[in-house]
Amino acid sequence: MKDFLLIYRTDYNNMPKNPSPEQMQATTKRWMDWIGGIAAQNHLTDRGNSLIPSGKVLKADNVIADGPYTEIKECILGYSIVKADSIENATELAKGCPIFAVGGNVEVREIRVI
Amino acid sequence: MKQAELIPHLFRTEYRKIVSVLCKLFGIDHIEIAEDIASDTFLLASELWGLKGLPENPTAWLYLVAKNKTRDYLKRNSLFAQSISKDLKHNSTISEEIEIDLSVKNINDSQLAMIFVVCHPCNPAEARIGLALNLLCGFGIDEIANAFLTNKEVIYKRLQRAKEKLRTEKIKIEQPTLSEIDDRLPTVLMILYLLFNEGYYSSSQDITLRKDLCFEAMRLAYLLIENEQTNKPFANALLSLMCFHSSRFDARLSQNGETILYQDQDTSLWDQGLITKGEYFLDQASRGNKISKYHLEAGIAYWHTIRTDTKEKWENILQLYNQLLLIEYSPIAALNRTYALAKANGKKEAIIEAEKINLTDNHLYHSLLGDLYTDVDNAKAILHLQTALALTRSTADKMLISNRILECRKKEQQLGKP
Repeated sequence: MKDFLLIYRTDYNNMPKNPSPEQMQATTKRWMDWIGGIAAQNHLTDRGNSLIPSGKVLKADNVIADGPYTEIKECILGYSIVKADSIENATELAKGCPIFAVGGNVEVREIRVI
Repeated sequence: MKQAELIPHLFRTEYRKIVSVLCKLFGIDHIEIAEDIASDTFLLASELWGLKGLPENPTAWLYLVAKNKTRDYLKRNSLFAQSISKDLKHNSTISEEIEIDLSVKNINDSQLAMIFVVCHPCNPAEARIGLALNLLCGFGIDEIANAFLTNKEVIYKRLQRAKEKLRTEKIKIEQPTLSEIDDRLPTVLMILYLLFNEGYYSSSQDITLRKDLCFEAMRLAYLLIENEQTNKPFANALLSLMCFHSSRFDARLSQNGETILYQDQDTSLWDQGLITKGEYFLDQASRGNKISKYHLEAGIAYWHTIRTDTKEKWENILQLYNQLLLIEYSPIAALNRTYALAKANGKKEAIIEAEKINLTDNHLYHSLLGDLYTDVDNAKAILHLQTALALTRSTADKMLISNRILECRKKEQQLGKP
């Protein structure tokens, strides 16, 4: 089994603004049910984390920009690590990810251990 | 309490105390002597009490006899006295002056020290469970062999090897320090958890023995909670879990040791006292800032003590299973999670998820799919139940599954009728 990084991306503009507690709870449930399903197949290495929208981007010559670019379509929301025999099977695991409900996508990348 | 019940009762409660105090006094090299003295004390009690009747204070009598036997032993065996006198904390070499301290405090300290010795990670888990049963619960080789469904020689060798290992590793019988407690409490809890499960999930038909295993595990867990240094949230969570589970002990087993499924249990047989205790310890457990698998399993067990099936109940159980699986995968958690998923989100979703789990050589997996397909696709349900029937070894389970196949056949026939 190899480890694969799942990177969840979406456009922040697609996310509900000021969600109600009920909406937040429903979102949490969708993610927990989905990731719990991967764990139940014994294919989860690390549940990962979600990222806070605001951040900084450091460029050459110490130029600091406010980032990430929340105005761009594909912003990283979070990540998880799954284990699978092949990239095909890892991609299969990504199916049903709640990110699709907010117009996002999942990038699946094999981790090369260094 | 009648005399016939009193000796086994005292044996359960006092044997470990005497052994612990003597082991701590003698050191790890002489555990067997401590065991012999404790056993001889009880042997004498059963002989004398039968003839002369009960002493006024049976426990005090046992302690006094154990003390005298220890002194006699030291006196008689001067060679031994010399060899262990090095291990004794007292400077005196004269055996009569050796203080055999059976005070409540020293009994408690000694038992706590012994739990940490017995659960020392230098031995494999099954050896540690065996040692706990032998030294702390006073179980004989026969009983342990029965509980593990194996023969006496296997257990005898396992215990000998484990005791030898403790000696060669020079494990000290002493009160663990605060930092040692933090490091080693998890392995102690794991052993108590396994000991409990051995009784709760064992396929042994001996219900009394199985109950005993569970209650012994609970007594040892309670000992940890009684001690300030080990009264940690994780230990409370474990004891809470044990209370909730054992509250259903009488409801989940028939007279013949057959398992009665949760939904078919007579809820009036659930032990409310144990449920209340479980709630108390769960409350104590929630005072920490870390969550363990014991917390999650106690939470799941708590929701199972609520009789009515509500959306809320199964949603909570599902989320607790999700979290549990994120901490640690186990096939049984994966199967139970899928059952909760069916209850919370519906069978359709659960069937898709169940088929992904793919534990095809596990009878519980096919049993679950049989359950999920019932009323959805009864023909498929029957196929899965038949596979489950072929995979299971327990007679009780075979009967349960056969009955379910019959029910599914009836349903299919009724649907087939115009």
